[in-house]
Amino acid sequence: MFSYIVRRLGATVVVMAVVAFIVFSLLYLTPGDPAAVIAGDVATDDDIKRIRQSLGLDQPFIVRFGTWVWSLFHGDLGISIFTNLPVTKLIAQRVEPTISLTICTLIVAIITSVPLGAIAAARAESKTDRAIMGFSVLGFSLPVFVLAYLLILLFSLQLQILPVQGYRPIADGIWPWLKHLILPSLALGTVYAALITRITRASVLDVLAQDYIRTAQAKGLAEHNILIHHALKNAAIPIITIIGIGIGLLISGAVVTETVFAIPGIGRLTVDAILRRDYPVIQGVILIFSATYVIINLLIDLSYVFFDPRIRY
Amino acid sequence: MNIVRRSFLQIAAPVGLAISVGFFTPAAEAQAQKTLKFIAQADLRILDPIATTAYITRNHGYMVYDTLFAMDSKFEIKPQMVDKFTVSADKKTYTFTLRDGLKFHDGAPVRSADVIASLDRWAKRDGLGQKLADATESWSATNDKTFVLKLKKPFAFVLDALGKPSSNVPFIMPERIAKTDAFTNITDPTGSGPFKMLKDEWVPGSKVIYVKNKDYVPRKEAPSWASGGKVVKVDRVEWLYIPDSATAANAISNGEADWWEQMPPDLIPLLAKNKSVKVDNIDPLGSMGMIRFNFLHAPFNNEKMRRAVAMVLNQQDYVLGIAGNPKNGKPCASYFTCDTPLASTVGSTLLTGKRDFDAAKALIKESGYKGEKIVIISATDQPIVQSQSLLTTELLRKLGLNVELQAGDWGTLITRRTSKEPVDKGGWSIFHTWLVGPDLLNPAVNFAIRGNGDKAWFGWPTDPKLESLREAFFEAPNAAAAKKAAEAVQARAFEFLPYVPTAQFILPTAYRTNLSGIIVAPMAFLWNVEKK
Repeated sequence: MFSYIVRRLGATVVVMAVVAFIVFSLLYLTPGDPAAVIAGDVATDDDIKRIRQSLGLDQPFIVRFGTWVWSLFHGDLGISIFTNLPVTKLIAQRVEPTISLTICTLIVAIITSVPLGAIAAARAESKTDRAIMGFSVLGFSLPVFVLAYLLILLFSLQLQILPVQGYRPIADGIWPWLKHLILPSLALGTVYAALITRITRASVLDVLAQDYIRTAQAKGLAEHNILIHHALKNAAIPIITIIGIGIGLLISGAVVTETVFAIPGIGRLTVDAILRRDYPVIQGVILIFSATYVIINLLIDLSYVFFDPRIRY
Repeated sequence: MNIVRRSFLQIAAPVGLAISVGFFTPAAEAQAQKTLKFIAQADLRILDPIATTAYITRNHGYMVYDTLFAMDSKFEIKPQMVDKFTVSADKKTYTFTLRDGLKFHDGAPVRSADVIASLDRWAKRDGLGQKLADATESWSATNDKTFVLKLKKPFAFVLDALGKPSSNVPFIMPERIAKTDAFTNITDPTGSGPFKMLKDEWVPGSKVIYVKNKDYVPRKEAPSWASGGKVVKVDRVEWLYIPDSATAANAISNGEADWWEQMPPDLIPLLAKNKSVKVDNIDPLGSMGMIRFNFLHAPFNNEKMRRAVAMVLNQQDYVLGIAGNPKNGKPCASYFTCDTPLASTVGSTLLTGKRDFDAAKALIKESGYKGEKIVIISATDQPIVQSQSLLTTELLRKLGLNVELQAGDWGTLITRRTSKEPVDKGGWSIFHTWLVGPDLLNPAVNFAIRGNGDKAWFGWPTDPKLESLREAFFEAPNAAAAKKAAEAVQARAFEFLPYVPTAQFILPTAYRTNLSGIIVAPMAFLWNVEKK
């Protein structure tokens, strides 16, 4: 197991190096010039040229790439071209909102979807099953921003019990923190819950058809006991896999939710940086994303051991 | 049983208290009444108002910096940091004395050396500043509070330059910061203005925090645009960036924000229903949209082609396209902001006369147009640009021109417009943008009207006649002569068409009715605003 982990971590470095090179090359080829963005609408060619020189953007590709890699080796992700703040600081500012949103969304999604999926499987082809699957289809079909606005309309504007937008750090108190996350988590979690519900149902249905389940039923075990202790645990691997992939997607893909609720998360940082061609920020964020994906995948693989003793590394 | 219950209460009471404190009484909420939550027009990314002309950075500049002079609502330049000044009889020497009690946010007094360094840096970037620098023989400090400007020859726009209201504004910074290269962003927001920025609390893309500068000594006069007493009546300003306009509207409806600087016109009906919110037009000048041509390549290097477009363009369409409602805009057939002293209709019949497609088509034929592809570059993330682009594309199609609309994002547009290549090599024929009223007040600040070729704004028009008329404006000895000179510039501009003005429009503002003291001005100033 230890050597497996070391091998996977070693592979992470290779993956990140490849990602770094591809991202840098793509940004180099992408149309756009941060110097023009900095100069503003009222600028001349000369202004832009001078700014480009001052930022080192007139250097050849290999020099810029080399400088960036050298800085990386020194633990420096660079400085934002626009804000002049270190990229690490910009990312650090966004980590808490992103992790908070991810965790709350996961909680919302898992506590609703796993029981619903299991119940749907246990009551396959019944009205309950159809109702749950109907919810699942609705969850998939409803765009996040539509659900977000509906939730805002009801809970913020009509009932006035939850805020429309913004994020408060947990240091400001649990309730201010939580109340700013309830609606975003519900909006984002619904799609995710729909996905996990379907996977859970399919997976549990598959397990319920196994011989050992029939044996358990023949032994007279209670239905809920069979479902929770025998079926669900053995159906866990695909569910865990989809949850793990979802964590990665949530971290990088919550842009719409972050925009609608004005949450300063990593997704919005990435989009803003792309729109204004803030190369160091884009490169830094993508590196962090790739590392996060690889590590989450590693953790998922390792978790299989606990759910299925037959798996060994 | 009692013992058990007492024990339970002994444990539960402090835990409950701790939880409820954590849940319900964060310190920041208790101070909400003294915090002004302001939804800004854009995200503040760059702190240096000299390195960029972005309006959001200019507005940030007004928060943390002060200026020597400032323009008031009558377009007069009034002393701001300056206490008194004298002009020599030959109009070649200006002597300025700073007000008492001016201090930077770090506690250091504002000195003549700070002023001179700041103006030196500003003059390297700003068009009018460069003009002043050309006329300047020297700046010198007599002492810490008095400094002298010596000119090579009389220059009538000294005060206009020092009181320039829009980008780039000659803000005064500490000398140690103002010594930074004019093309390198400064990162230290220390100024002497009415607010201090808390840089550690700045979250780019989300919020900027300012607090009242308690050391600031306001002038005694009433505030008027950027001039007069800048009395801060709140303790703290949270300058929010909310990218989604529906969310911003909901935030102001719900009382989570106090003031939304610029709202899209389509949301006016929604907010107008809320009795706690006032939708208002507080910008007396508005902004001007424009069509900018590429003068380096066919077909718009031909004056007849430009005239053909202007002959059929209906400004009212652009008013509706941009502002959505005729109440929020109007046609303005002037190269200088309508409703300002130098605005006029001289030479404007091309825009105000009959919209004659037949005559325009005849002019196109006369120009020798051979069906060359016209590329309009647009930005879908900028509604004002995109709406104008769609209208112009349709207009050119009606004229039978071979036009292609290529829409990307704003970052792509402003990069692509720097290309001098023909359209088949990534160049462009037309782009649209807009400028705020103060940037178009006269030929001195209207940079888009210039015809100085390679050194001109993107599009690079060359017209020595326009340039010489602009130079004549600087030589005007008095206001009447300046007005005549500006009219001559405009008359030539309507012949040459460096750009076509499309519409004058206002983006309304929305604020909670518990706010008072909002200053009517071409930009949002946050002093004098009181929250009850």
